[in-house]
Amino acid sequence: MQNMITGNRTLTLTAAFLILLFLLSSGYSPAQTPEERGMSIAVEADRRDTGYGDSMAEMVMILRNRHGEESLRRIRFRTLEVNNDGDKSLTIFDSPKDVTGTAFLNFTHKVGDDDQWLYLPALKRVKRITSNNKSGSFMGSEFAYEDIASQEIEKYTYKWLRNEICDNMECFVVERYPVDRKNSGYSRQVAWLDKEEYRTLKVQYYDRKNAHLKTLTMSDYQQYMNKYWRPAKMLMINHQTGKTTELQYANYQFNVGLTDKDFNKNSLQRVR
Amino acid sequence: MKHFLTIFLLLFSFLQVTSPADAHELRGNLSAEVRLFVNEPLYPEQEHHNGSIAIAPEYYHEWSTGSSFIFSPFLRIDSADSERTHMDIREMNFLLLGDPWELRLGIGKVFWGVTEFVHFVDIINQTDLVEDILGEDKLGQPMAHFSMPNRWGVLDIFVLPYFRERTFPGQEGRLRPPVTVDTDNPLFESGAEKYHVDFALRYSQVFDFFDLGIYYFTGTSRDPVLLPGFNSGGQPVLLPFYQLMDQVGMDLQLVAGNWLWKMEALYQDNFINNFFAATGGFEYTFLGVGSSMLDLGFIAEFAYDSRGKEAFTSFENDLLCGLRLGINDAAGTEILAGIGYDLDNRGNVLRLEASRRITDTLKIFLEGWAFFDIDPDDFSLYSIRDDDYIRLQLFYYF
Repeated sequence: MQNMITGNRTLTLTAAFLILLFLLSSGYSPAQTPEERGMSIAVEADRRDTGYGDSMAEMVMILRNRHGEESLRRIRFRTLEVNNDGDKSLTIFDSPKDVTGTAFLNFTHKVGDDDQWLYLPALKRVKRITSNNKSGSFMGSEFAYEDIASQEIEKYTYKWLRNEICDNMECFVVERYPVDRKNSGYSRQVAWLDKEEYRTLKVQYYDRKNAHLKTLTMSDYQQYMNKYWRPAKMLMINHQTGKTTELQYANYQFNVGLTDKDFNKNSLQRVR
Repeated sequence: MKHFLTIFLLLFSFLQVTSPADAHELRGNLSAEVRLFVNEPLYPEQEHHNGSIAIAPEYYHEWSTGSSFIFSPFLRIDSADSERTHMDIREMNFLLLGDPWELRLGIGKVFWGVTEFVHFVDIINQTDLVEDILGEDKLGQPMAHFSMPNRWGVLDIFVLPYFRERTFPGQEGRLRPPVTVDTDNPLFESGAEKYHVDFALRYSQVFDFFDLGIYYFTGTSRDPVLLPGFNSGGQPVLLPFYQLMDQVGMDLQLVAGNWLWKMEALYQDNFINNFFAATGGFEYTFLGVGSSMLDLGFIAEFAYDSRGKEAFTSFENDLLCGLRLGINDAAGTEILAGIGYDLDNRGNVLRLEASRRITDTLKIFLEGWAFFDIDPDDFSLYSIRDDDYIRLQLFYYF
């Protein structure tokens, strides 16, 4: 009897706890502030994207000015997940032809400045460079370095704004504020993530004067290893200049066996 | 040299057999240039201007093991200077990839150093001086280069079995001493001459916010002493004399926000004079100047050589300042202005460089040099005091 009662009680408690947990995790707790809710959405999106180990991808970047003139860049990425810190990444430039063979090594850190090196093939020279260039243009495109970089949770503070329908899906709308306000080009960003898979579908960027600068749309998502979602297309529109940059990703590969040894100054010099 | 070839062919056939899946590519560039000199030549045999074309292809082959072969020859044909018409094998080597080591066998190229203006500690490869007085163009160096990256740093060991002599402009060429350097009759301290085997050992490591490298080199100095003499035809010439030396060097770079701090230093022991040389300074970048896309970098470096007037470099007590402007546009436009100011008033140098992409495969470079207030004390600068010039280069990349 005793046991039955305790047993029932345990069951009730467990059920209550589970309901509470469910409410907490899905962001429905009335006790949560919009900031906490925004943070928990970012944490969940990050959790769903961890554990891939390493990955490789190819990218074509199409730059268009307001007259519709295009220029192309071809780039390859290699990424290594690092436990308890930001990712390591290697970027290899294939075109335009004058920069062919140039490579870029980045150690992202959750807190503090990233470590960055650039390899210049003509001089066989590895240059350590300043990572403060967050707001600078990546290869003359509408993407800034901070838009391309690994999106670590710690790089922003968050605030949930509302839920609404986007792309025919239920979406969270979350505002985020760069922690490194001195070097970021933005006062804030507004991001749309779908509730089902926590994929970022759209980001609006507001410049330091809080004017709407750019809008990024991420589409054609594909799932890899039954877990990780990656967009095949990213379109950045600069509302102030009328220029756009489109990124087309192809040949995503996960768990290819890359290790720390593929992300050092030696490998930077010999990478192809 | 014959053994060298045999080893090469053996390696090639070995790698060929052991790996089924491989990849290769051919790329490179073709370029045309004109150099327009402001003043009449100082020496009678010199031609006023010159034009030239160059080709630099690169063939690369990679086996599935990660090991690879690279072949990268270079050829320039010059309208004025027969010495500037030259060819070189910049690279022709095998890279054998182990775990955690790599071994490069053949003709290769290595860069050491961190500073922008002068490269004191960079001594593995010889300078291809006919290419450019900046000294960043290098000749291919035969080498066995073993490199072991590890948790505690990177250890590099070099065995350099053959010496490359510096190139110098010929009679018709500008940017040269009053009498030419007789590259056909070099003098060596070592009895083995060009076959003296040089060694180098380098340790480098990346720490949080700084990169450090230290090295020891023993062998033939890349910088020749120029001795007055006569060539086989009885004409007065300068004879390049290559001494033996031991050298220790270090390079250090720190990153702090928008600041880069750089330092290179060396101590050399040779039989004429032991000396110390160092260069260092900072680079500060203003990013997105006035909320534009422009980046403006300010560079200030100091160069010192304890030999003073006897130094082989003109930058023996000089302040070197530069401005780097990055437009961050689709054409990748960049402008670099630099000035070398001699603190002993022995001569100043001004250099301007601009580059811009025209299409995905064409790029244009514009470079200008000016020499002013040159004192006869500085032999190398005084020789070229009237050689202010503009260089226009068009590169086609394939």
